Amino acid sequence: MTIAEPPTRPARPAGGVVGTSVPRVDARAKVTGAARYVDDLTAPGALFGRTVRAAIPHGVLRSIRLDPAFDWAGVTVVTASDIPGRNCILQDTDDQPALVPEGGRVRHVAEPVALVAAETRARAAVAADHVLVDIEPRPAVLTVEEALTGAVEVHDGGNVLHELRLERGEVDAAFAAADVVVEGTYRTGPAEHVYLEPQGVLAWWDEGDRLVHVAGSMQCPYFVHRALAALLDLDGRAVDVRQATTGGGFGGKEEYPSVVAAHAALLARKAGRPVKLVYERGEDLAASTKRHPSVIRHRLAATSDGRLLAVDADVILDAGAYVTLSPVVLLRSVLHVAGPYRFPNVRVRGRAVATNHPPSGAFRGFGVPQAIFAAERQVAKMCRALGADPLAFRRANALRPGDTTITGAVLDESAGLFEVLDALEHQLSLAPPSAPSTGPRSAVTAHRGRGFAVAFHGAGFSGNGEAFIQPEATVDLAPDGSFRVLTSLVEMGQGARTVLAQVAADALGVDLALVDVPEPSTLVVPNTGPTVASRTTLIGGAVVAAASRRVRAALGAWAHDHGLSVDDVAAVARARASIAPALSCTEGYTPPADAVWDQATLTGDAYPTYAWSATAVDVAIDDDTSEVRVERCVQVIDAGRAINPQAVAGQVHGGTLQALGWALWERVPRSRGAVVSPSLSTMVVATAADAPEIESVVVEVPYRGGPSGAKGIGELPMDGPAAAAANAVEDALGVVTDELPLLPEVVHRLRGGRP
Amino acid sequence: MRIHCEVNGTRRDLDVDPLARLLDVLRDDLGLVGTKEGCGEGECGACTVLLDGAAVASCLVPACHVDGRRIVTVEGLAPDGTLSAVQAALIDHGAIQCGFCTPGIAMLATAALEHEPGASRERLREVLAGNLCRCTGYQMIVDAVADAVATSAGREGSR
Repeated sequence: MTIAEPPTRPARPAGGVVGTSVPRVDARAKVTGAARYVDDLTAPGALFGRTVRAAIPHGVLRSIRLDPAFDWAGVTVVTASDIPGRNCILQDTDDQPALVPEGGRVRHVAEPVALVAAETRARAAVAADHVLVDIEPRPAVLTVEEALTGAVEVHDGGNVLHELRLERGEVDAAFAAADVVVEGTYRTGPAEHVYLEPQGVLAWWDEGDRLVHVAGSMQCPYFVHRALAALLDLDGRAVDVRQATTGGGFGGKEEYPSVVAAHAALLARKAGRPVKLVYERGEDLAASTKRHPSVIRHRLAATSDGRLLAVDADVILDAGAYVTLSPVVLLRSVLHVAGPYRFPNVRVRGRAVATNHPPSGAFRGFGVPQAIFAAERQVAKMCRALGADPLAFRRANALRPGDTTITGAVLDESAGLFEVLDALEHQLSLAPPSAPSTGPRSAVTAHRGRGFAVAFHGAGFSGNGEAFIQPEATVDLAPDGSFRVLTSLVEMGQGARTVLAQVAADALGVDLALVDVPEPSTLVVPNTGPTVASRTTLIGGAVVAAASRRVRAALGAWAHDHGLSVDDVAAVARARASIAPALSCTEGYTPPADAVWDQATLTGDAYPTYAWSATAVDVAIDDDTSEVRVERCVQVIDAGRAINPQAVAGQVHGGTLQALGWALWERVPRSRGAVVSPSLSTMVVATAADAPEIESVVVEVPYRGGPSGAKGIGELPMDGPAAAAANAVEDALGVVTDELPLLPEVVHRLRGGRP
Repeated sequence: MRIHCEVNGTRRDLDVDPLARLLDVLRDDLGLVGTKEGCGEGECGACTVLLDGAAVASCLVPACHVDGRRIVTVEGLAPDGTLSAVQAALIDHGAIQCGFCTPGIAMLATAALEHEPGASRERLREVLAGNLCRCTGYQMIVDAVADAVATSAGREGSR
């Protein structure tokens, strides 16, 4: 184990590229303005698209008419009747229409009902206002409590879209026998990603209507690919999905770009010209997915000497109007809601509930931040009830290698909760960074407190997801003797192109400069799966390393046959590339041989491994304004192995601030199912002046199944800080902080202040 | 209307709608797409450019307002291919992730170097609060700009 920042790891062999903070391969293009995002792309004759939305949360679409007083010359209009294939945005289910047909149900305010395209953005916007949509309103379901009464159904057949149950041991007996029981109900609201680049896709067709191309901002080219093939009734080989340089995702560009791509492709097909559909910020905030609002009831039982006996949790997520990814978000919530502790007795129920909100979706953490908020608030309460030291209590109950998880799996050797706790205590023993940038403006009347949280995050897909998707990557030898890594895993800011290039260069035994990881097109790259679930380094890295090793072996054999030394791989590659046919190796992912998973009972190896974190947050709360400022924040993570320590630190900083923002400063105000005033003027996000100096510490407890021991860490930093911040506010004020966000007006109310 | 301005050191005569946004003139008329639109209402700072040396949100500046003035965009920071001190520091400190905020941050930091040569780290956080970044937690951006400011101050002192 080593602790980084400043790096104190042992010196690596000269030329070692793994474990080195090489500069990002895309940094120069981004800092000079040369990188091309979707709105920077041009196509001859391109039109600009615009989406016409329902603006009513629930109803029946009676008719769509074009205003006869408007001049429609040069305007392309698309409705559901223009869809050549299945009218759905195909994900795991097909319940979400691409466009609501006349006579069909409208289920949220941002539901698309028609599309327009015109020569300019301005004309498209005006034309969209002249599409007359007549909807017969129905009562809307706007809270999970309303949904569970079933009085109004979002879909026929009930509002519980998905339910999961997990039970082991004798839960009721354990609660009956416990010395101490704590119970609480935890609520979190919707949250917005605010990727800096809004959603956007450029679409164009070749060969009449036989080959469609889309280029856009996205995390998952093959999600878009599958959705387009179904919508357009095309063979997969007739659908070219290209990722443009992507300005942030955080899950917000996991499933939603399939909607944007579907609309752009339909418009381009009907117009016979390229169509660019780029959302303005307000439209993006109003229509795109949000983090699932949650209501979690959580009970813990413990002995008087501080041993956890049982957990009983009931997780309810607001899925919004369609299923999209909610079943898998719910699964991840259920699998993490006990927290990273040993429990002999466990009962978890989870329900994803339909409402007339726009669909909730993937957002960094994918149900875990909500689960850890509940779990770690509960542990804080338990420590208070027992009079226990918060870190000692967590140590005493922490999952360790060889322990059994709530799904009955035995933890592998890479379970670093003790190591992150050690590092946290060490960091807290040091003086905070000089000149803290934040502090209450009226320091004299501030209340101060400290909160802790520990978290874990299953790396890769839950359950048998990896076996289902069978991810593959290809490594090619190019004619100039360089190497190309072909993968559908994308760069969205997190550093994937750099890290995967480092993994490939290491496995090939060549200089990093000889490896290129191009932005993908589905006509060229194999399906490595989506860029989600903290799986890019763990799973993607593993298959890229495997393919690279095969290429290296092939070069070695060729060198041997031609009497060349195999020591200089680059020289062998140049020699072979100049005279021999192409060399290309594709490898797939092999899950651990002994991994078993039963989805019906949620039993077995839920994840190949977990990443672990420990967080401490110090807050100061202004007595007059109830404003919460973060004076110190230490975030320690177990990365397994940091392939690129600087990139890992970047993920820790960014995820930590996103979590603090979710906890303290950011909210998505909604009324009648719509975002109120969807604008960055009202939906503020943390600035450099709000952010604390984030002390990130990386611990390495290697995982043998990951590339060079690495695990996925993109989401982990999002999981713990909200709970730590809420615990700190409770510590400072002695009030119960069981809801997020803890905006000043919320803290004021919790303190007993008048609204 | 016809306007005359200097963009990245080159004189430009343009025929523009007087109320066109400078952002659109740069991106659509001049093809300088390094300047980004993140919100269109002056909140995110992705469209920041220098107008007579001051950092401004180009989505809020009407074209008629730049007649006779000097504009620098991200494309003007490294005209001969040599990165500016700010650009190099942003790379060295790992301050670039998705990159969409990066041109605006680079312009804002360039102005800060010019106008606030002795700025403290705390002051730089206030200056940078005009531009949003959602990837980095601002940590490495502050590191980079503080380093560029310190290096620049050192260079000034040694003259």
